[in-house]
Amino acid sequence: MIRKALAPIAALAAVTSLFFSQGAHAESGWHLLNMRQGVTAISREIYSLHMLIFWVCVVIGIVVFSVMIWSIVTFRKSKGAVPDTTMVHNTKVEIIWTAIPVAILVAMAVPAAKTLVQIEDTRNTELTIKVTGFQWGWQYDYLENGVRFFSRLERKADAARQLGSGVDPNTIPNYLLDVDNPLVVPAGTKVRLLITAADVIHAWWVPDFGMKKDAIPGFVNEMWFNVDEDKTGIYRGQCTELCGRDHAFMPIVVDVRSKEDFQTWLKATAEAQKQAAAPQPAATAHAG
Amino acid sequence: MAQHAPAAAHAHDDHHDHKPHGWRRWVFATNHKDIGTMYLVFAGIMFFVGGLMAMVIRLELFKPGMQFVDPLLFNSMTTMHALFMIFGAVMPAWTGLANWQIPMQIGAPDMALPRLNNFSFWILPFASAILLLTLLVPGGGPAGGWTLYPPLALQTADAFPMTIFAIHLMGVSSILGSINVIVTIMNMRAPGLSLLRMPLFVWSWLITAYLLIAVMPVLAGAVTMLLTDHYFGTTFFTAAGGGDPVMYQHIFWFFGHPEVYILILPAFGVVSEIIPAFARKPIFGYEAMVYAIASIAFLSFIVWAHHMFTVGMPLAGQIFFMLSTMLIAIPTGVKVFNWSATMWKSSMTFEPPMLFALAFLFLFTIGGFSGLMLAIAPADFQYHDTYFVVAHFHYVLVPGAVFSILGAVYYWLPKWTSKMYDHKLAKVHFWLSAIFVNVLFFPQHFLGLAGMPRRIPDYATQFTDWNMVSSIGAFGFGLSQLLFPYIIWKCVRSGAPAPARAWEGAHGLEWELPSPLPYHTWETPPSAAVIARGAEH
Ligand SMILES: [Cu+2]
Repeated sequence: MIRKALAPIAALAAVTSLFFSQGAHAESGWHLLNMRQGVTAISREIYSLHMLIFWVCVVIGIVVFSVMIWSIVTFRKSKGAVPDTTMVHNTKVEIIWTAIPVAILVAMAVPAAKTLVQIEDTRNTELTIKVTGFQWGWQYDYLENGVRFFSRLERKADAARQLGSGVDPNTIPNYLLDVDNPLVVPAGTKVRLLITAADVIHAWWVPDFGMKKDAIPGFVNEMWFNVDEDKTGIYRGQCTELCGRDHAFMPIVVDVRSKEDFQTWLKATAEAQKQAAAPQPAATAHAG
Repeated sequence: MAQHAPAAAHAHDDHHDHKPHGWRRWVFATNHKDIGTMYLVFAGIMFFVGGLMAMVIRLELFKPGMQFVDPLLFNSMTTMHALFMIFGAVMPAWTGLANWQIPMQIGAPDMALPRLNNFSFWILPFASAILLLTLLVPGGGPAGGWTLYPPLALQTADAFPMTIFAIHLMGVSSILGSINVIVTIMNMRAPGLSLLRMPLFVWSWLITAYLLIAVMPVLAGAVTMLLTDHYFGTTFFTAAGGGDPVMYQHIFWFFGHPEVYILILPAFGVVSEIIPAFARKPIFGYEAMVYAIASIAFLSFIVWAHHMFTVGMPLAGQIFFMLSTMLIAIPTGVKVFNWSATMWKSSMTFEPPMLFALAFLFLFTIGGFSGLMLAIAPADFQYHDTYFVVAHFHYVLVPGAVFSILGAVYYWLPKWTSKMYDHKLAKVHFWLSAIFVNVLFFPQHFLGLAGMPRRIPDYATQFTDWNMVSSIGAFGFGLSQLLFPYIIWKCVRSGAPAPARAWEGAHGLEWELPSPLPYHTWETPPSAAVIARGAEH
């Protein structure tokens, strides 16, 4: 409902964004100026709340700033303005400008609270993955399927990001946003993450999913997402709670696949991990 | 004026009264003006120390890749930049302004507790020195963020006890300073100057002082628990021993949220002094302004968890903290509307203090808007710990708190020195600051919304452009601040004499005092007529 009401405003915003991106290089665009809409129902809900409150601020800003600018331009001593020193108080006006913000806030609070209720509705999840943050990477554990692996910054980027490495980050695709083993999840599935940490606090965030949650040692936080059936692909994020020296270097990559592809991947990985774990006579096999 | 002729005649007494000279004047200072000056000079030095750290941060972030500093040093730069700016620059600057202004504005001879005043100042240089020296100890400075969240903070090496000791000292200093402010305001107002006739700067400081006394001990408790967790085997915040790392965050932000109002409430007071003076019109809604400050102060105690929406709070907790946070917009709005109404049908001139106050009005309001956006809990899941937050709090703290401090100094400097500074140069300082502060911080909104986390020394390449813009703004802003000490130095050295009422529209008891100021501010309380003239808001 909010989204429909915002359609004309969004169009205006798109035009504004075009204006802003003039002159910047090709990579720039709307997504580099504003929050992304994301690929889940919740992320779009959050996006429309964000746009709603943004436009509320813009409208209030236009009104308030216009009054200020009008005053600055008009009521100048150099223009012979004479101050009205009796104007020190006006109960009616003061009640109005207290009441209007109250009304706006109530109007904002209702949809925001509704979204919160949806976000916290963790019923009927279909797949549970335990996510453990550590200094500095992530461990993913498919609790029902026995698949588990570590996920760390991809090597080329890791070499390039060393102090004075001499490597131009622009030559590395997805610099700092690529990992060795991405988290793989099915689209169109309510995936539950149980988030915790092994050492210090981290936070798991993929902007396209709309949610971020702290990974806290000793706590298991719960968070879910459900990527649209047709939005398979790679989504990237980062740790968003300062966690020490390499906080900037523990990205999150989620590979969203169709349900069938996911099942195929899950079976193959489970099999491979079982084999790797089994005692082998000759060589000690270690994957990754 | 006539009744002050004797005070002016006394001025020559300065040379043979009990006023100490040389270094003793400063080390043993008990005079509120001398202590105020020391606070302000100290704050100025810390502003440049913290600013230098910001320059290191923006230099490293100028382009992707690690060029200049190790990530750990980068983290300690962000941590210490915050600690120095908050505890070293902004809070002492407010205390310095309180020291100078409160006795003058309430008709008192000095602060109520002059030796305590001396003590609370002299703690600060030691505290800051300890904090700064952490950069040299094994393991480097504190690097876990100024919030010192455990368990990360517990990984700090030798800097850890030093940081906590420094925070304790700074806390002691602000509590003592606050006690002094409260005692002075409550007991030393001139007869007839009732609370609701006090200037708004005094009001804002009275409320700030109560906030400080309420929350600094909470911070002290939190960091002491960190200390015992680290060295004495307690596990307040260590999950492995049955402790709770999130409890630290609750305790910290119970201090931390009122703390941000401690930084901004005196700014409200200053702006409420400057705008009426240059609009030549009394403040609109004086009582509403007082009540708005008081309600903001009260609300600041019940909103703390909006800093922690992502820790995994129950739904009811999230909704409560979202609503209470949104409520803050109401008294804050009242203040902005009242300032605007003060300018309506006024007669304005645009001297440097007024320029800073007007920039405050526009840019603080922008910071207020992003604050309102951050209050929306679901949206905060996206904003949290990104550059959007960095942009938000820098908008309220730099063009908010810092600009109003600069404005306050430009407003009262002619009173303090009885000389006028170079207006042209001060206007250059203003315009450079106002332009660069936006170049510096506005793009950070875009960076945050596009997904750049805060507190990272290196970033994905799509964030390059706006980081470059932001860094250029930072260098420009940093350099333009060098004008400020020069303008003051030049004013003290060779400023033209300023009249006792330095600004045509300035009201308040401080402008009723002769210039140069007598050594003891109001040796006899101002008469009812002077109060009536001075206290008309
Ligand atoms: Cu992390």
